[in-house]
Amino acid sequence: MNAPTKLPLIQTQNLRLSQAGRVVLDHVNFEIDLGEIVTIVGPNGSGKTSLLRALIGALQPERGIITRAENLRIGYVPQKLHIDRSLPVTVARFLSMPRRHSPAEIATALHQAGLPDLGARQMTELSGGQFQRVLLARAILDRPTLLILDEATQGLDQPGSAAFYTQIEDLRREVGCAVLMVSHELHVVMSASDRVICLNGHICCEGRPETVASAPEYRALFGTGTHGALALYRHEHSHSHDHDHDHGHAHSHDHSPEKVQ
Amino acid sequence: MLDDFMIRAALAGVGVAVVAGVLGCFLVWRRMAYFGDATAHAALLGVAISLALNLSIFTGVLVICLIVALMVTSLSERSLGLDSLLGTFAHAALAIGLVAVSLTKGVRADLSAYLFGDILAVSRADLAVIWLGAAVVLVLILSRWQALLTVTLSPELAHASGIAPRRENMLLTLALAISVAVAIKVVGALLIIALMLIPASAARPLARNPEGMAILASLIGVVSVALGLWGSFAYDTPTGPSIVCAAALFFALSALIGRVRMG
Repeated sequence: MNAPTKLPLIQTQNLRLSQAGRVVLDHVNFEIDLGEIVTIVGPNGSGKTSLLRALIGALQPERGIITRAENLRIGYVPQKLHIDRSLPVTVARFLSMPRRHSPAEIATALHQAGLPDLGARQMTELSGGQFQRVLLARAILDRPTLLILDEATQGLDQPGSAAFYTQIEDLRREVGCAVLMVSHELHVVMSASDRVICLNGHICCEGRPETVASAPEYRALFGTGTHGALALYRHEHSHSHDHDHDHGHAHSHDHSPEKVQ
Repeated sequence: MLDDFMIRAALAGVGVAVVAGVLGCFLVWRRMAYFGDATAHAALLGVAISLALNLSIFTGVLVICLIVALMVTSLSERSLGLDSLLGTFAHAALAIGLVAVSLTKGVRADLSAYLFGDILAVSRADLAVIWLGAAVVLVLILSRWQALLTVTLSPELAHASGIAPRRENMLLTLALAISVAVAIKVVGALLIIALMLIPASAARPLARNPEGMAILASLIGVVSVALGLWGSFAYDTPTGPSIVCAAALFFALSALIGRVRMG
């Protein structure tokens, strides 16, 4: 039996995205595999949300190809969702859109998203944190293979968002999906990610969190000590990088075990 | 039984009210009241064209409403400042329609019948058209209910779930055009949107879920039709406006109940 060739869940080739006639993102080659946690960072207007919109099919690429695997099921948690007060909808009903789910499934999803059983509450009565978690519960109800979060912790306080990301990691373990997220909260996100992509109209740099954190392109955008964000990765000189930019500092550490006689 | 004009009027009113209640909810949820007005007011132009070309009123109104609704949709996708654009469309369409009807030679058209409806003059054939149109609209909406709701909540969430918002929006536009064409005989071009918006708004404070609101809106519409018919018979008032008055009464009541509940 041949081992199945491992295809990425979703892949873009030389993608160009425009909004209102302006190119916001160009030359994007991106892919994500099952089980990976990938974070996109970048300043405002760097094309982060546009990329997510293209991946979910809400934005038509101007150029390039998006290839979606057959088993791709997207669970999407938007940056914010405004529910008009004219639309009455309980949490349970909201979670059954567009696919119906049993009360048991809904209770499980709420629990997995770290919420008590508030299925009977109106969506408009929820606090900001509860609302985001309900969006998360809705996203996981369809058993996604790819969970996409667009600054899902906007409006949450520090402990709240830290707890939220812990939940995401737990979910990845339980559900086994890939996670793609956009965030400003570099410290939390970077520690939880397998791979970080830094965007600014194109992909500036990408790689393991500590690699990106010390890349000059990244530092040019965020500085070295952004909000103390990179405290976790203070060991700035300790890794060697395989990208070919001049760092202006020596990689003096040798990671191969020393042979001491 | 259908020989009685009051029975025919009641049946026609019920058919229109059921559909108007459901469709009205979408107009309310999506803040499309002006969009509805623009489409409905264009109906008068459809009447003029039908009279000139000797078509059935239903056909002319349906075609013109569809064209106007599609024009407004594509315009609104390209520019902001939607309310003034829609206001322009709505009133221009109404004015052009009035002028066009008056220019139609040889036809002594009773304008007020098209503006405010003439439910007491509904024939058996009209009744058949109304119920057929209402059934088509209900089937369209109910078969795509979940998708329509998701698009209404958020086009983005819809995309992520594999629903194309454009397609669902077109479906709503088509449903609206059919409803206007069907309802013009009952409440007229000026009051159709009232029969959609007012029952839906009256249902809002009493509903917990979209389905509940839609069913309640239809119910309020049906009772308003009955009350309006009775009132117009008893006090010799114009029927279409009497129906809308009854609906407005329910709106006031429900707003009051909502206020009391909120404490």
